[in-house]
Amino acid sequence: MDERTEQMTANRAPVIEPGHTFATVTDKISSIVLTRPTSNGWLIGFGLCFLITMVLLYAIGYLFVRGVGIWGIDIPVGWGFAIVNFVWWIGIGHAGTLISAILLLLRQSWRNSINRFAEAMTLFAVACAGMFPVLHLGRPWLAYWLFPYPNTMNYWPQFRSPLVWDVFAVSTYATTSALFWFVGLIPDLATLRDRSENPWARMIYGILAMGWRGSARHWSRYETAYLLLAGLATPLVLSVHTVVSFDFAIGIVPGWHTTIFPPYFVAGAIYSGFAMVLMLAIPIRKFYGLEDFITARHLENSAKVMLATGLIVAYGYGIEAFMGWYSGNRYDSYLLWNRLHGPYSFFYYMLLSCNIFIPQLLWIRKLRTSPLGLFVISGVILVGMWLERFIIVVVSLQRDFLTSSFGMYYPTRWDWATYIGTIGFFIACMFLFLRVLPAISIFEMRTLLPEAEVRPE
Amino acid sequence: MPEQNGQQHREDICPGKKNKLDLQTVRARVAETKGPEFWRSLEELAGSEEYREMMHREFPKGASEWVDAVSRRGFMKLMGASLAMAGMTACTKQPLEPIVPYVRQPEEVVPGRPLFYATAFTLGGYASPVLVESHLYRPTKIEGNDQHPASLGGTDVFAQASILGMYDPDRSQTISYLDEVRTWGNFLDAIRGPLNSQKAVQGAGLRILTRTISSPTLADQLRSLLKLYPQAKWHVYEPVNRDNVLQGSQMAFGQPVETQYKLENADVILSLDADFLYAGFPGFTRYARDFAKRRDPDAESMSRLYVVESTPSSTGANADHRLPLRAAEIGEFASALGAALGISSSSRTFAAEPARYLQALVRDLQAHRGSSVVIAGDHQPPVVHALAHAMNQALGNVGKTVFYADPVDANPLNQTESLKELIADMRSGKVDMLVVMGGNPAYDAPADFGFADALKNTSIPLRVHLGLYRDETAELCHWHINEAHYLEAWGDARAYDGTVSIVQPLIAPLFNGRSAYELTAVLAGQPEAAGHEIVQGYWKKQHPAADFEMFWRKSLHDGWVASTTFAPKSVAVKATDLPAPTQAAQNAVEINFRRDPSIYDGSFANNGWLQELPKPMSKMTWDNPVLIGPVMAERLQLQSKDMIELELNGKKVTAPVWIQAGHPDNSITVHLGYGRRRAGRAGTGTGFDFYALRYSATPWFTTGVNITKTGGTYPLACTQGYQTMDTQDGNSRPLVRRASLEEYHREPNFAREEEPPAGLTLYPGYDYKKEPNAWGMAIDMNSCVGCNNCIVACQSENNIPIVGKEQVVKGRHMHWLRVDAYYEGDRANPQAYFQPVPCMQCENAPCELVCPVGATTHSTEGLNDMVYNRCVGTRYCSNNCPYKVRRFNFLLFQDWETPELKMMRNPDVTVRSRGVMEKCTYCVQRISQHRIDSERENRAIKDGELQTACQQSCPANAIIFGNINDPNSRVSKLKANPRNYGLLADLNTRPRTTYLAEIRNPNPALEG
Amino acid sequence: MKRTPIYGLLAEFDSPSDLVAAAHKTYAAGYKKIDAYSPFPIEELAEAIGFHHNYVPLVVLIGGILGCAGGYLMQWWIATVSYPVNIGGRPFHSWPAFIVVTFEMTILCAVLAAVFGMLALNGLPMPYHPVFNVPRFAFATKDRFFLIVFSSDPMYNSMATRDFLQSLGPRSISEVPS
Repeated sequence: MDERTEQMTANRAPVIEPGHTFATVTDKISSIVLTRPTSNGWLIGFGLCFLITMVLLYAIGYLFVRGVGIWGIDIPVGWGFAIVNFVWWIGIGHAGTLISAILLLLRQSWRNSINRFAEAMTLFAVACAGMFPVLHLGRPWLAYWLFPYPNTMNYWPQFRSPLVWDVFAVSTYATTSALFWFVGLIPDLATLRDRSENPWARMIYGILAMGWRGSARHWSRYETAYLLLAGLATPLVLSVHTVVSFDFAIGIVPGWHTTIFPPYFVAGAIYSGFAMVLMLAIPIRKFYGLEDFITARHLENSAKVMLATGLIVAYGYGIEAFMGWYSGNRYDSYLLWNRLHGPYSFFYYMLLSCNIFIPQLLWIRKLRTSPLGLFVISGVILVGMWLERFIIVVVSLQRDFLTSSFGMYYPTRWDWATYIGTIGFFIACMFLFLRVLPAISIFEMRTLLPEAEVRPE
Repeated sequence: MPEQNGQQHREDICPGKKNKLDLQTVRARVAETKGPEFWRSLEELAGSEEYREMMHREFPKGASEWVDAVSRRGFMKLMGASLAMAGMTACTKQPLEPIVPYVRQPEEVVPGRPLFYATAFTLGGYASPVLVESHLYRPTKIEGNDQHPASLGGTDVFAQASILGMYDPDRSQTISYLDEVRTWGNFLDAIRGPLNSQKAVQGAGLRILTRTISSPTLADQLRSLLKLYPQAKWHVYEPVNRDNVLQGSQMAFGQPVETQYKLENADVILSLDADFLYAGFPGFTRYARDFAKRRDPDAESMSRLYVVESTPSSTGANADHRLPLRAAEIGEFASALGAALGISSSSRTFAAEPARYLQALVRDLQAHRGSSVVIAGDHQPPVVHALAHAMNQALGNVGKTVFYADPVDANPLNQTESLKELIADMRSGKVDMLVVMGGNPAYDAPADFGFADALKNTSIPLRVHLGLYRDETAELCHWHINEAHYLEAWGDARAYDGTVSIVQPLIAPLFNGRSAYELTAVLAGQPEAAGHEIVQGYWKKQHPAADFEMFWRKSLHDGWVASTTFAPKSVAVKATDLPAPTQAAQNAVEINFRRDPSIYDGSFANNGWLQELPKPMSKMTWDNPVLIGPVMAERLQLQSKDMIELELNGKKVTAPVWIQAGHPDNSITVHLGYGRRRAGRAGTGTGFDFYALRYSATPWFTTGVNITKTGGTYPLACTQGYQTMDTQDGNSRPLVRRASLEEYHREPNFAREEEPPAGLTLYPGYDYKKEPNAWGMAIDMNSCVGCNNCIVACQSENNIPIVGKEQVVKGRHMHWLRVDAYYEGDRANPQAYFQPVPCMQCENAPCELVCPVGATTHSTEGLNDMVYNRCVGTRYCSNNCPYKVRRFNFLLFQDWETPELKMMRNPDVTVRSRGVMEKCTYCVQRISQHRIDSERENRAIKDGELQTACQQSCPANAIIFGNINDPNSRVSKLKANPRNYGLLADLNTRPRTTYLAEIRNPNPALEG
Repeated sequence: MKRTPIYGLLAEFDSPSDLVAAAHKTYAAGYKKIDAYSPFPIEELAEAIGFHHNYVPLVVLIGGILGCAGGYLMQWWIATVSYPVNIGGRPFHSWPAFIVVTFEMTILCAVLAAVFGMLALNGLPMPYHPVFNVPRFAFATKDRFFLIVFSSDPMYNSMATRDFLQSLGPRSISEVPS
C-alpha cells in the first residue's frame, strides 16, 4: 500500500520541470508574446479561422434578411441547432471557470499553468454561446426586451420564464469570467509593460496594467479579492448550467421535464469543458514548446476529471432510461422507445459510445499521459456532448404528446454554416489571445518555483 | 432578395435599360413562381423597386411590343395588375342598385361595424345560402344563413373559400379578343353581325354551353333565347355532374326527380358510396345538421350509419359499420340487398365479411321500416340509384325519410350526351358561334371527346368564353369576357330543396366583369340590360302584385324567395325488372375518379386556402396522389410517395402513390382537378391531371388500369404524418375517447378517467368566478363529421396566411384550427375519428409560463391571449404547448403587397408578420365586439349571441362556445355531460376547450 | 512636515526571503512608512510591513447584500405592483420562480464590488508613480524584490536610513526622486 502510493507519487510528473528560475519562467512565457516573430503557422491558422468566421457573418446576414425559416426548425421542433449549440458552448465554457476558481479553492496548484488560457477559452466559448439565443429569435432586433429596462409601456420581462433566468445567468457569468480573467492578467500585464521594447506595446500594456507595481499592500488586497472572486465564481458556474438545464426541466415536454437535469448538465458541462481544454492545451504546449509548464501531470489530472464527470453523465443517462421505464408514464416510456428505435436512434447510440463507452479507455494510465490519445478522446467527447444536447432538444420535441403532431427535424446548410462558423470564430479568438497575451499566468508560475518559499532564518 | 436590393438605387427611368424590369422578366418571374412559392415570391416581385417604378411609368415597356403576341399577353397581365392596383388602393364602391342588409345589424354603415348581407354561393347548380360580412363595402367573410332551411347557419369549405376566389389576383381582369385588351363596346360591335346572320338561319349555328344551371332567371332567359333562335342549342356540361342520379330516377320512375332525405327521422342510414357528409353533396349542410342531431347518445334513440364505399370518405369515417368495396361490387351488393328485401334478383354471393354485413344490414333495415333510408352515391351507376329508390319504397321510407321533388337543375339532360352532341356538331362544321358560359371544358371534358382539340382544329368562326379565369378554354376562344364573381353580380339560384335565393352583389365588380345573365341578354339582343333589372324583371313577372317592392326587399333580406320550395312529388317505382348491375371483373384493378375534397373539379385550383386545406382522410395538401389500399401497396411493393405510371386504354399518367388506410383492395382512387396548365399562380402545375384517363363511358370508375412502378419518389405535403393513437412501443394514448353506446350506458363516466383531482397544485388557483364571463368551448365529437369547414372559416376570419407546399412539407402550415384524423384497428378497414383541435386556452397554460417577455398572458375571462407586438419569437411557448396548436411565422408568410388580398382581410384582426407566434384566440375580436355592445346596452352577453367563426358555420353544430360562469349556457350544460373530458387533462393544464367523447352505435349482430 | 525632493529610498533584494527579513527588521527599527514590491504575492510580506486592515471582504459583503435585496425587490415590484398579469394561473408573487434571478444578481453585484473595490482601495489605476523613475524597478515585475522607506516617514533621514538599509545587505540602494 504505502509502497504503491510512494511509487505513484514518485513517478508522477512534476507540475513544472526543474531548472527554472523567476527569470527563465518570465522570459519563456512573455517571449511568446513579445520577442518571437509571428510564425507562418499562426498566420495560416488564424487566416483559416478568420475565413470561417466570415462564413458565420454571411449566415447571420442572410438569417436577418429572410428569418429563422432558413433553418430546419418547424412545429413541433421549434428549437434546433441554435439551442443545441448554445448549450454546448456554455458547457465548454465551464471548464475554464472550474479550473481557475474551484481548483484554486482546492489549492490545486497544478492549475496555475493552465488556468489562464482555460479562462480565455471560457470567455470565447461564452461569446459563441451568447450569440445563439439572440440569433434564434424570430425578431432578433428586439432581443433587448428580455432585459428589465424602464419603458413607456411599463411592460417588463416575465420572471417565471427560464429564458429570463438564462439572460441573467449568462450575462452574470460572462461579466464574472471577464473580470476574473482580467484581474488575473493585471500583474502579468505589468510584466509585459516592463519587458516590451516596442513603445506602442509598452503604452498599451501600461494602460491595461493600470500602474501595477506589485506593492505588498496591493498584493494582499489582490489576493483577497481574487480568492473571493473564486469563491463567488464557484457557485455561479454551477448555477449557470443548472439554469440552462431549467430551460428544459421547467418545460413539460417528455425528456425535458426531469429533476436529474441540473447535476447531470453541470457534470456534462465540465466533461466537455475539460475535453476542450485538452484539445487546446495539447497543440499549444507542442507548438510553443511549453511542455515544461503544461506537463504530463496536467494532462493526466484533466483526464481523471473527464473520467469522473463522464461517469456522472453516464449515471444521468441511466437514470433517465430507468425512469422512463419505471415511471410507467406512457409519454416517458415512449420517449425511451423513440430514443432507442426512433428515427434518430443512430445518434443516440453514437452519443452513448462517444460519451460513455469510448472514454472508459481513460482508465488506462498510458492513455491518460499520451497527448495524442487524449487529443483524440477529447474530440470524441466533444462530439458526444453535442449529440447529447441534440438528443435532448430535438428528439424530445419531435414526438411529444399528440401523435397527430409528431414531426421531424432536418438541419439545413444554414444551420451547419452557423455552427461551424462559431467554431471558427472561437479558434480565431484563441489565436489572437495567444499572440497578444501570456497564455500562462506568469506570476502564478513564479510561486510554483522552490525559491518562491520564504525561508525563516 | 439580395439581387433586387442591389438594383434599388439605380436612378434612370428610361425604359429598356438593363436594370429595368421589362415584361419578359416579369413574365419569367411570374412563370417561375409555382403555386407553393407564389405567396412569397409575388410579394418579392411587387416589393421590388423596379416593379413599383414600372407601375408608375405611364406605359410599361411592353406597350412598345404590340407585334409580339406573347408579350401582348404579358402586357395585359401587367396592365391588369396595375389597373387593379389603381382601383384597389382607391376605396371600393357598393353596387349602384339597392342591396338589402341582413337583420343582424343597423342598416346604415357605421365605420368599424360590419354589415351582413344574405346571398347565395352556387356549386354544381346548387345554391348554398350564406350571409356575407361586409366592412365598408368590402366583403370579408362568408357565414351560414341561420334562417335558411338549407343552411341553418352552416356552410361548407367551398362557400367559405369563395371570398378568396373573388379577391384572387389571378382572376381575369379584362375582356380580350385574341388576347388583346378590348372593351365591352368592342365586343357588342363584334357580336352584332354574327348574331344577325344567325337570326337569318334561326340560330342553326348558335351553340351555348353552360354548366348546370338552377337559376330560374337565367333558365328563363336561355329558353326565350332559344325561342328567338329555334335552331340554336343549349348544351350543359359539368365534369362532376349528376347524370347517374337523373337516369336512375328515369329508370325507376320514368321521370327525372331528385331525392331529398330527412335524416332526423332516420334510425338506420345506409350509404351506398354516397359521401353525403362532405361539401359538394347537394344539401350537405342540412344533412350534416340533421345527421348530427340523431347522433346524441343521451337522446332516447341514436341513429345507426352503415356505409358501403369504394374510397375512404368522411362519411365512411362517421359510420358505425363501414364496408369497403370496390365501386363495381357496390352495385352487386345493392342488388343482393335488394334481393334480400325482395325487390330484385341477385345470384351474387359474397365473401364471409360482406355476407355477414349484408345479413345484419338487412335485418336492421327491416326492423326499421319507415325510419330507415338508403342513399346512393352520385358516382354509382343509374341502376344502383334505381335500386335505392326501390328499396326506400319497399321499406316504406318514402314520405318519412325520403322525399321526391323536381330536379333543381333547370335543364335536366344527360350532360355527357349533351357535350358529345355538341362536339359532333363542332366537328361536322355545324357550329358558327359557340358561347361557353363558365366552365372549362377544354380542361375537364372526357378524354375521348377531345374537346380542346375540337375547339382548336375546327374552324368555328366565333368562339366566346365567359369565365372568372383566362383558363385553358379561354385560350382557345376568340373572345374572352371576364366574368363577375357571384359576390359582384346579381342572380338567383335554387338550393337543394328548390328554394330560390336571390344572389345580391356585395361590391361593384372589381374588374368590371359581366355575368352570364348579361351575356345572355346580349345574345337575346338587349345589350344594355344590367344584371339587376334582368333578375328583378324576371321576379316581377313571377310576382306581379303591387307589393313587389316589399316582396323584393324581403327576399333580399331573408336570403330566399318565399314559397319557392319544391312541393314533394309522389312517384312510384314503375320498373320492376331492374337490369342487373354489371359484374365487376374480379381481379382487374379498378380506378375511381372523384372530385377533389379541396379543389372540387379544378375550378378552385387557384384558391390557396383550398389548396392548403388538408383533405379529410389523407390530410394531403397541394397535391392529388393516387390513393391505394395498404394490402395492395404491399402486394405491389409500393411506399407512399413512390412514383407510378397509370395506363388506361393507351393513355398514361405518372403520379405518386399515397397509402390510404381503409381503401378497398385491388382498387385505386384518383382525384380530379389538379394538373392545371392555366389556373394561376397557386394552381398551375400543382398535382396531376387525371381527366386524361377519364372516358365518357366510365366517368367514375372502370377496371383495366395498369400500374407500373417507375422508380423515384415525389414530395407530398401531408399535415399529419402519424395517424394513429397507438405508439410503436405498444401503448395507446387516450386522445379521442370513445365507446359503444351500450358501453356508454354501462359506464357513463368512462371518458373521465385519469383526470387529475382539482387543486392538485400548491399554488392557489386563479378565481375566474368574479368575472361575469369566463369563456369556454365544448366540441362534440359525436356531431363532428370532419367536413373541414371550421378550418377555412378560421382562416378567413383570422387573416391566416397560406405558406405553400414546401413549407407544409417542412411542417410549417399555419392553420389555427386543425382537424386531426385518427385511424384505429385493421388498416384494411379501420375505424376513423375526427378531432378538431383549436387552442385549448388552458387555465394553467404551459406556454405562458415560459414566455420571457410576457407576450402570451391570461385574460381575466380566461383567454390565453397572444400579444403579437410583444412577441420576440423564441418559440418556447410552442415547444411547451402539449397540443401543438401554436403557429409560427418562420418567414414572411403573410402577403403584404397584393392589394386585392389587403382588401380581403378582416380589419378587426392583426395581420401578423415574420418572426411572430400566433394561435387561436377564441375569436377575441368577436368577443370584444359583443362585450362593447352589451356594455353599451348595459346588459349581459346573451348565450349564443356570440359565436366563434368555427362555431358559426359548423354545419353539424359540433362546436359550442360560451360563458362557463353561466350554469345555464349551452356550453356549461355540455361540460356537465359525463362524456365531457379534457384532452391531455392528466397534465393538469385545465383546458377551457373540452371534448365530448365519441359514442358509436354498432349493431350488436356485427360485434366481435 | 517639509517636502524633500526625495520620495524615498529603494533597496533591491534577490530573494523573497531576504526581502521579508529586511522588511521585518526595518519595521522593527521603527520605520512605519515603508512598502515592499515583489513580482508575485508573498503572504508574509504584508504583516512584515505592518499592513493589517484589509477591507475588501467587507466591500464584497455589502455588494452581495445589495444585489440580493435589489434583485428580489425588483422582481416582486414588477410582478405584483408595476404590472401584475395572470401568467398561466400562477400567483403574481410566485417567489420560487424569483430565486434564480435573485441569486444571479447577488453574485453579479458581489463580483463587481470585489473587483472595483479592490482596485479602488489599491488606488488603481495609477499610471504614474515615483518608483517607476528608478530604472531597476522594472525588475520588480520579473525577479527582483524591493523595499522602500518613504521620505515622509518621521524617522526618515537620508544618511541614517541609507546606512540602515545598507546593513540589511541589499543588492543595491537607489534614491527615488519624487
